[in-house]
Amino acid sequence: MTIEAYTIVVIGGGPAGLAAAIAARKAGIRDILILERDRELGGILNQCIHNGFGLHTFKEELTGPEYAGRFVAQAGELEIACELNTMVMEISRERVVTAMNREKGMFRIRAGAVILAMGCRERARGALNIPGYRPAGIFSAGTAQRLVNMEGYLPGRKAVILGSGDIGLIMARRMALEGAEVKAVAELMPYCGGLKRNIVQCLEDYGIPLKLCHTVVDIQGRERLEGVTLAQVDDKGKPIPGTEETYPCDTLLLSVGLIPENELSLDMGVELDEATSGPVVDESLETNIPGVFACGNVLHVHDLVDYVSEEAGRAGTNAAGFVKGRPGKDGRQQIPLIAGQGVRYTVPQRICVERMEPHLKVRFRVGAVVRDSYVSVYLNEKCIMHRKKTVMAPGEMEEVVLSRSVLETDPDLKSIAIKIEKE
Amino acid sequence: MEQGGFLLLWMGQGRINIMYDICIIGAGVTGCAIARELSRYEADICVLERCEDVCCGTSKANSAIIHAGFDAQEGSLMARLNVEGSRRMDRLAQELDFPFRRNGSLVVCLHEEERPALQALYERGVRNGVEGLRILSREEALEKEPNLQSTVTGALYAPTGGIVCPFLMTVALAENACMNGVKFRFDTKVLALEKADGFYRLETDRGILESRYVVNAAGVYADVFHNMVSRHPIHITPRKGEYFLLDRRAGGHVSHTVFMLPGSMGKGVLVSPTVHGNLIIGPTAVDTDDKEGTNTTRTGMDILAVQAGLTVRDIPFRQVITSFSGLRAHEDSHDFIIGEPGDAEGFVDAAGIESPGLTSAPAIGSMVAELLQKRMDLQEKRGFTAWRKGILHPLDLPEKERSALIRENPAYGSIVCRCESVTEGEILDAIHRPVGARSLDGIKRRTRAGMGRCQSGFCAPRIMELLQRELSMSLEEITKSGGSSRIVTGRFKESTEENAGDSGKENTEKRTEEKTLERFEKKRREGEA
Amino acid sequence: MEKKELTCICCPKGCMITVMTDGKNIGEVKGYTCQRGRAYAEKEVLSPARILTSTVRVRGGVRPLTSVKTKTEIPKDRIRACMQEINGIVAEAPVGIGDVLLEDVAQTGVPIVATKAVQAL
Repeated sequence: MTIEAYTIVVIGGGPAGLAAAIAARKAGIRDILILERDRELGGILNQCIHNGFGLHTFKEELTGPEYAGRFVAQAGELEIACELNTMVMEISRERVVTAMNREKGMFRIRAGAVILAMGCRERARGALNIPGYRPAGIFSAGTAQRLVNMEGYLPGRKAVILGSGDIGLIMARRMALEGAEVKAVAELMPYCGGLKRNIVQCLEDYGIPLKLCHTVVDIQGRERLEGVTLAQVDDKGKPIPGTEETYPCDTLLLSVGLIPENELSLDMGVELDEATSGPVVDESLETNIPGVFACGNVLHVHDLVDYVSEEAGRAGTNAAGFVKGRPGKDGRQQIPLIAGQGVRYTVPQRICVERMEPHLKVRFRVGAVVRDSYVSVYLNEKCIMHRKKTVMAPGEMEEVVLSRSVLETDPDLKSIAIKIEKE
Repeated sequence: MEQGGFLLLWMGQGRINIMYDICIIGAGVTGCAIARELSRYEADICVLERCEDVCCGTSKANSAIIHAGFDAQEGSLMARLNVEGSRRMDRLAQELDFPFRRNGSLVVCLHEEERPALQALYERGVRNGVEGLRILSREEALEKEPNLQSTVTGALYAPTGGIVCPFLMTVALAENACMNGVKFRFDTKVLALEKADGFYRLETDRGILESRYVVNAAGVYADVFHNMVSRHPIHITPRKGEYFLLDRRAGGHVSHTVFMLPGSMGKGVLVSPTVHGNLIIGPTAVDTDDKEGTNTTRTGMDILAVQAGLTVRDIPFRQVITSFSGLRAHEDSHDFIIGEPGDAEGFVDAAGIESPGLTSAPAIGSMVAELLQKRMDLQEKRGFTAWRKGILHPLDLPEKERSALIRENPAYGSIVCRCESVTEGEILDAIHRPVGARSLDGIKRRTRAGMGRCQSGFCAPRIMELLQRELSMSLEEITKSGGSSRIVTGRFKESTEENAGDSGKENTEKRTEEKTLERFEKKRREGEA
Repeated sequence: MEKKELTCICCPKGCMITVMTDGKNIGEVKGYTCQRGRAYAEKEVLSPARILTSTVRVRGGVRPLTSVKTKTEIPKDRIRACMQEINGIVAEAPVGIGDVLLEDVAQTGVPIVATKAVQAL
């Protein structure tokens, strides 16, 4: 088997992989290889034909393919190599990547640094334990999106959507625009999982009801879907008997969460965070395995691609730093960054103060909708930040910026905690 | 495969009666095992299946277990065929190249007062001829299976217990039967069965067939066919069993098949690894009167979670990737019914085949084949081959061979299903081999594409493209599992008349169905030529 | 004047804003908590507009479809009319990002432009 060598190998050619590769190139790395399993670069953006991308990155509003197109063009100009239709089978701790495609068969690449940018997948019906039959006509929203936007086929004519994640809302509009009747969007939680803008422009514009605190309790139809039964749920998420309502439909779309695709990471021994289902990373977005970095939705699920690009850029720059011999983390103290009360997770999860940039962006999500609360940052027991926010929701990523100079003031720093406080 | 030709003959030239020597109703594991054993003899044999593929009923939704044979009542047909079936399994799996492993089973005793029941099970097993049975102490049991509940007081250990892939076993039997000349007619539902002069007339939704002998392997519908020809009725109750299938990451939670002590409704909820490395939990046991009632229920899922937890601790239920439900064909007498009813000459039952039906299938196949051989004085077929190769999975090959394979056929270098690492080459093989796959589920059962943790979210559109290309179908014609289980309802942005009204749509559907059949017929002719 | 209620989409807060209007003029506006919100509410009441995105068939391309958008916002009540015209377009490959596939969609004065490149076969 042939063994090639690249300074940096990027696993995945979606928005994260592209931005990481471009940043690494700009940081002076010449030979970079992107491995992409699909037939084109751009990842999921190719099927996200709606607008709303790029407001942060390009200060204008683009569609998914346009946003991806700009990065693909840039990667091309910078002569970044890529292998399409290529599946990575295994990555060793020594950063040898084993991949496979039609032309080369099995091949190996020795990498100076590896950037994990595999993205995420959709949670499937099975994980939800929805009772009923298993007919055709049940799709994850993303699969339906691919069929509609890339292949030009309508999955059905009468649809119910479970889950109010953004893809679900976007698909509600898309199906409605192409002539399907979207009967309802059901959401288990008491709040919508998607952006406000999508509630208004995807549901309200088309008169599609959003049923909060509702879930699917039965699926009818033995061959093709014939109907679903929705029921209201109590505050523990359990269906309330007597509230069942049956909707005749031929399609059920599921938009019930995204799961970072960390099968490769797990197999190579990358430590994962239970809350994010992504790797535990430090301030340089490096995993527990030296020289292996992670960014984008494989690290944690983002709501805006602009944040993915920004984060991936940092991963690319840091990977470049690693191969150029920036001091490693061996023997240096890593301060845990703790998701305190009201905070579901933080990225990164640990910080090496000596190695950090002057300012570090920490992203986090809250566990529930909170109003008129404070975001507080504690160094050990000492509060160094206490900032009021009128509203925070699990569906919207939050951030705080930590300054190296502030962290350095405490020589006995053992932990940094982010908390949500009422006062 | 005789897919469409029959329909066209029938439609085009009025009724043409095809006379077979033997018609087998049902292409489940029982029907396919019988077909395979009968294919050793010179006879014109046809398997009739109402679904679009083999393995679409009880055979596809069960525990995937090869039972050691200590459960069934001593002296029963079940007891005999279970032990015999299990004994034959190693050779059969070798001949037909399907995954089978003797992982051993444990019946767990949780209360000291259940000890006599465990002992009784042991003694029954010994009397049934089960080899290697042993009663384990609490310590021995925990050593064998560390994730048993710590309250375990002992266990019955059966080293001959095993696990198998029921899909691949059924497919393998069918393919081998087909290789040896057995014909399969899918999407063909037998509506009526009538004794004529020296033969049976089978009225199907695709025309009338005639056959000198009929084998009834119709699963939960076996009573319907039996009662059409015999005045001694049998009665089958569909007994629903619900299951959870867990991710491969949970597959190592137990290494043996762990049973609880059996009760009146069956063997209780088991926890077992599968041959493909997943963890399976189930079944429940609820009698129903709906022979199509393969839906899962909230109650069933709740029961599974509680009952599985009685024997095995810390089951990672968060890793459930799918749940499903199957119907066992429970006959009132609670034994297999195999043979000719006294008043219906030439009609052979293989009815009431519930657990341990999968295990017993090879033995049932031989029993029915021998019976018919004697009855019909069948001659052995020259050129019968007992061997069949399964679909090649490149990831099972050493790297060198895999590379060579991809060089020779690049389709093996292209991964279509990422969760189970299934290549395009495997999918093409599944489509083009005898009794090939024609639907997403057909592909899934043969290759595991779509069986993994993402449950086909990623690979479904890609497999649809391959089916479309290889079978020259339009995407609208592709189904999940035959019948009306179409995946997409239409192309949009095409001329508007295509979407005009429902009646127009129905006509289009009919037309496409006919077109498909024509194509299959053409393919078949090409294959023969 | 008539009272209209809407949810602000400018930020996650999602303020409920009420606007008094006669269809041409804006009266009292209540419930907003920032000037962006007020501006959004006024526009949304007087002349709601959207960018419309969809797909267009491509002839002779490596892919069957390209994605498209209205180059600028179109009046919300013209969405259906625009969709009908979009569904009638067939583009010839190759298609480049930004190619105008229809000069003026449904008399809105707004062109339909491709948002994805499709190479010729």
